[in-house]
Amino acid sequence: MEALSIEGTAKTPSVKFNGQEGVIEIKGRSIPENSIEFYKPLVEWLEEYSSTPLDLTQVNVQLEYFNTSSSKCILDVFKKLEAIHKGKNEVIINWYYEEDDEDMLEAGEDYESIIRVPFKMIEIVE
Amino acid sequence: MSFDVNEYYSKLDGGDVLMAFKGDISSELISNVLEVVESRMEDNSENSKVRKKVYNVLVESLQNLYHHIEILPEEMHEEFDSKFGILVVSRVEGTYKISTGNFIKQEKVDVLKNKIDKINSMGKEELKDMYKFILNHQRLSDKGGGGLGLVDIARKTGNKLDYTFERFNEIYYFFNLDAYIDFAQ
Repeated sequence: MEALSIEGTAKTPSVKFNGQEGVIEIKGRSIPENSIEFYKPLVEWLEEYSSTPLDLTQVNVQLEYFNTSSSKCILDVFKKLEAIHKGKNEVIINWYYEEDDEDMLEAGEDYESIIRVPFKMIEIVE
Repeated sequence: MSFDVNEYYSKLDGGDVLMAFKGDISSELISNVLEVVESRMEDNSENSKVRKKVYNVLVESLQNLYHHIEILPEEMHEEFDSKFGILVVSRVEGTYKISTGNFIKQEKVDVLKNKIDKINSMGKEELKDMYKFILNHQRLSDKGGGGLGLVDIARKTGNKLDYTFERFNEIYYFFNLDAYIDFAQ
């Protein structure tokens, strides 16, 4: 299936979803006033990917900031991944946070406690 | 006598102010404010932890305004823009203070007041549980608001939310909210 690639802006993250390699990446800032519109194609892409996923899907989430409007949409993305994981295909979510950014680590842990997919918390040391 | 919004704003806009604005709260305005405050904090070489908290709380405060602001009726337009709100970011006694203000219809005052009182009565763990519950159970509105903004602000700041509701006329109250982020994190 075709890769999904979106350039980042001041309020939205860069997105690279590669179905051939099973690598999914969301990076940057996610602070749009209304995040539904931005995340819709991501959730749709995952919906399609989930019909024929690779044995292993690696997810890299490296956000500097995200707002509460995005937090729900990110949960929707993770729920799609959870469905893939439930279907006996491996999924790993790598949650990156900057050194000392306890809020971002905690946000990752919040998701980890809601979503049944293995998370790996990765500290970025400058 | 009705509440004097302009006098209230001029009182806030004093001392060590990083940013002060009153007028229409638009998406572009939010982008501009974020850019200005971010660069001011970089100029002040504020530590990254505090900078991030201020930025996060500012985003939520502004977007709370954006999502919940009342469109004011024409008879008020002489004095106020139709999506009128105020924002002041200042440094006060060891904290960054983020003040926002907006008109709210009288019938909505009690619900909002109760919500803030409830949030203020909660400790760290309770706030976390409340956040996760809303995240997992409440749907986004068409405008993209999720009812999480105030809970998120309380979690990130670790401080109580200060607020006042001042009677403006028989329909509107003026709602002011202050969030504080301590310098030493």
